[in-house]
Amino acid sequence: MKLPTLIVASVASLLMAGTAMATDIKIGVLNDRSGVYADLSGEGSVLAARMAVEDFDAAAKGINVEIISADHQNKPDIASTIARQWYDQDGVDMIADVPTSSAAFAVADVTRDKNKIFMNSGAGSADLTGAQCSPNTVHWTYDTWALAHGTGTAMVQEGFTKWFFITADYAFGQALEADTSAVVEAAGGEVLGAVRHPFPGADFSSYLLQAQASGAQVIGLANAGGDTVNTIKQAAEFGITQAGQALAGLLIFITDVHALGLETAQGLVLTEAFYWDINDETRAWSERFAAEHGGSMPTMVHAGVYASVLHYLKAVEATGGKETEALMESMKTTPSEDPLFGKGVVRPDGRHIHDMYLFQVKSPAESKGPWDYYSLLASIPAKDAFRPLADGGCELVK
Amino acid sequence: MFELLGIPPQALFGQLLLGLINGSFYALLSLGLAVIFGLLNIINFSHGAQYMMGAFVAWMLMTYAGINYWWALLLVPIIVGTTGVVIERVMIARLYHLDHLYGLLLTFGLALIIQGLFRNQYGVSGLPYSIPGELSGGTNLGFMFLPNYRAWVVVASAIVCFGTWFAIERTRLGAYLRAATENPVLVGAFGINVPRMITLTYGFGVGLAALAGVLAAPIYSVNPNMGADLIIVVFAVVVIGGMGSILGAILTGFGLGIVEGLTRVFYPEASSVVIFVIMALVLLVKPAGLFGRTA
Amino acid sequence: MTTPSETEIIAPVAARHVGTPRHHIAIFAGLLVLLLIAPFVLYPVFVMKVLCFALFASALNLLLGFGGLLSFGHAAFFGSASYVAAHAAKVWGLNPEIAILLGVFTAALLGLAIGALAIKRQGIYFAMVTLAFAQMVYFLAVQAPFTGGEDGIQAVPRGRLFGLIDLSSDFTLYFVVLAIVFGGILGIYRIIHSPFGQVLKAIRDNEPRSISLGYKVERYKLAVFVMSASLAGLAGATKAIVFQLSSLTDVYWSMSGEVVLMTLLGGMGTVFGPLVGAAVIVTMESYLAGFGAWVTVIQGVIFVASVMLFREGIVGVIAKWLKKPL
Repeated sequence: MKLPTLIVASVASLLMAGTAMATDIKIGVLNDRSGVYADLSGEGSVLAARMAVEDFDAAAKGINVEIISADHQNKPDIASTIARQWYDQDGVDMIADVPTSSAAFAVADVTRDKNKIFMNSGAGSADLTGAQCSPNTVHWTYDTWALAHGTGTAMVQEGFTKWFFITADYAFGQALEADTSAVVEAAGGEVLGAVRHPFPGADFSSYLLQAQASGAQVIGLANAGGDTVNTIKQAAEFGITQAGQALAGLLIFITDVHALGLETAQGLVLTEAFYWDINDETRAWSERFAAEHGGSMPTMVHAGVYASVLHYLKAVEATGGKETEALMESMKTTPSEDPLFGKGVVRPDGRHIHDMYLFQVKSPAESKGPWDYYSLLASIPAKDAFRPLADGGCELVK
Repeated sequence: MFELLGIPPQALFGQLLLGLINGSFYALLSLGLAVIFGLLNIINFSHGAQYMMGAFVAWMLMTYAGINYWWALLLVPIIVGTTGVVIERVMIARLYHLDHLYGLLLTFGLALIIQGLFRNQYGVSGLPYSIPGELSGGTNLGFMFLPNYRAWVVVASAIVCFGTWFAIERTRLGAYLRAATENPVLVGAFGINVPRMITLTYGFGVGLAALAGVLAAPIYSVNPNMGADLIIVVFAVVVIGGMGSILGAILTGFGLGIVEGLTRVFYPEASSVVIFVIMALVLLVKPAGLFGRTA
Repeated sequence: MTTPSETEIIAPVAARHVGTPRHHIAIFAGLLVLLLIAPFVLYPVFVMKVLCFALFASALNLLLGFGGLLSFGHAAFFGSASYVAAHAAKVWGLNPEIAILLGVFTAALLGLAIGALAIKRQGIYFAMVTLAFAQMVYFLAVQAPFTGGEDGIQAVPRGRLFGLIDLSSDFTLYFVVLAIVFGGILGIYRIIHSPFGQVLKAIRDNEPRSISLGYKVERYKLAVFVMSASLAGLAGATKAIVFQLSSLTDVYWSMSGEVVLMTLLGGMGTVFGPLVGAAVIVTMESYLAGFGAWVTVIQGVIFVASVMLFREGIVGVIAKWLKKPL
């Protein structure tokens, strides 16, 4: 179906590549470099972007890439100010990463205003390619819909039908809770209740006790970062998991599992877009990454930055320039291929789709070494992993 | 979601107990603040940062020197208290003749520096500190599973709080201290070294914050921001109790822990604001706080 | 000073003390020229940020430096005005000037409510009450449906001034913001040097004496509190239009702390101090952003240094040196 467009695109790219002069590209990696998401994005994302530029061999193809980075402290106002200044003053062509949904929305707005390109990897809100979608945004790695569906459906199928949520009382936590509730109910499960805690919190014992009293089989953790880590820790302390209730982390990264330790995190079910130990290619790439990143394995956000920058650079090569409409067109019409996510495609709404994976955290006995944390429960094929194109309410989809 | 009658009394019991546990941290911290304010007239805004330092120093002792939790309980307050003594000698001592506000601004600045330095060094994701083996596990009370460590926190905090209260209100040393705040010149004339006493008092207050930090290390994650938001709440506790009132700080600390715990059940979203609502109400009705003496 | 009654202070005595010193006119004029050139040399959005914070700090200074009241909750006014203006411009589609006015109005009302309760307390208690109320406003901002939680209100249209002038260009907007902020600061200057301002300073320096002189101290305090709140609101609302965004950062207590820092650093109780303080802090935050947590450390060091070494602030020190009030 896509063949004719493909041919046209590649012919065009061949023609253009022949005539192209050196193109200067400036990529801004904007993420959390000092806060709770610094480990899962931060400097690792800059490294991932740099690796993409090296692997693409950009210089040999006449593309000079410069990468700059900044800390948005997870605040939308700071993110918006930096993005604006990058586009206005510093000549940035594309902003990558941007964890924290509120910051991502701010960057998406500025990017649209200035007609540049935003390749998001770190943020989770499915609205980025839904109600608030933009012709200038590509959302690469994951979103709340995908996480909720991956974890929610799988757990209900396993027989965990009664749920209780511990939700961070902010827009993102509520979205995660709402998405998961819908999935659970659609799959025949039941939501017994939810408790919303102020963000950030330190003591979750009260909420855990409420969850325990509800008689639910699963406690869904619709929070993130340090809050999730603390909730899981305290659940172990109060004997919640030992008493038979399961925990479902709705937004957990491998760095969180690393911080928790397997003793505490074992048995946790979670959905991720990437794990270093999936196949030979991911292992090879991850080992290179870890060697330059103090031994820490990449998160799915790092992988997403790598893959999205690579895809962007391919579009730059194909169009022979950095004209935004042409680049977006090329990125959406050319299927993506990279060692980390395999083959994928960027949909008209900006959503990149690829396989997702359902993992369970190993017990200390099962783990064979550092960072050997997950066992694969199921692979969710790309077509089922993300929200159907028509359901998102994106204005770009007709 | 939840209704008052919808909660079985047993569950309520559990929640009250949890409130009391959190209240023990408030009590310890507000006690330190109240001692410092009552005797030095300094609003110690760096108290939260010093609490955080307590948790970090405990972690460092464990990680770099292999010193266990029990020794940390003793050593950390001394180490952090000593930094407090230095701060008092070098900076705070020069502000006594000025308005309170300068003390507040200075310690606010100190808090920023301390938190920033730890953030640079250790990041914010938090460091693990495990519960000492002797206190791991828990007891099933019937209405809830109470981890032994949490029970220990309540007991330890209560002992330290009431011990401090006793020392200040019922011993000769405490009498000197109280006299020195009322009339330093006169007390000095009796041959007591008032500046040194004040310095040690600040060190003691800071040591209490550090002790709270050590107690918190195993259950909350040890991270540089752990005291940043807490300090505002603890301030409110001290103000509600009546600034400078030792007993007021202790009782209000435990009491508000319980109030907050109940809010977590009935209106969890508001649990971070309930203390401020109470503070505003108390101040409007009883300007000097619940246990404060009106000037 | 003599013992002025309320009628006397408006009379010649006042004129002698109150007349605008020539060097102030010169500084204002110089400042205006600099600010007119600024957008051609510097990044206009950055200068607009400095301007907004300069106004915010000046508003706090009116209360702290001249009223002697330390508010640790001024973010409540800055933030609530910013939310209302953003909502009015985005959802109701109002012109920016109306949106800003609505923001100011909100801040004024809030200032009246909080001020009426807070001024009954003094010193540290005053600071704590304002902080408590600001935390409640923060709570409302998290909970209220129209504020968008942690996303804030984003993509606020800059719109057309009076329905005519398109503000989407940074340059056009810059001059509008300059007019607003400069107007606001001149207004503050006028207040400080009015008979009202003189009474305020008298209350600051010796409240019991002012009471015994027959001044209704509470009314003066409340009036200055509301003025300060409204001007903080003006700054917040303008910022919302400039950055097309209002978020929880604007209402959080660290914002209240930051504006105190600006005032203190620049020199509280001076006319130009808050402007200098705001410029220094905003510049530092922008250009040191790459250093992560070091910004916090540097801010802390500035706080400590201001308290220990130059309590008069930058401008205060210069004023002492020149032997002229600035």
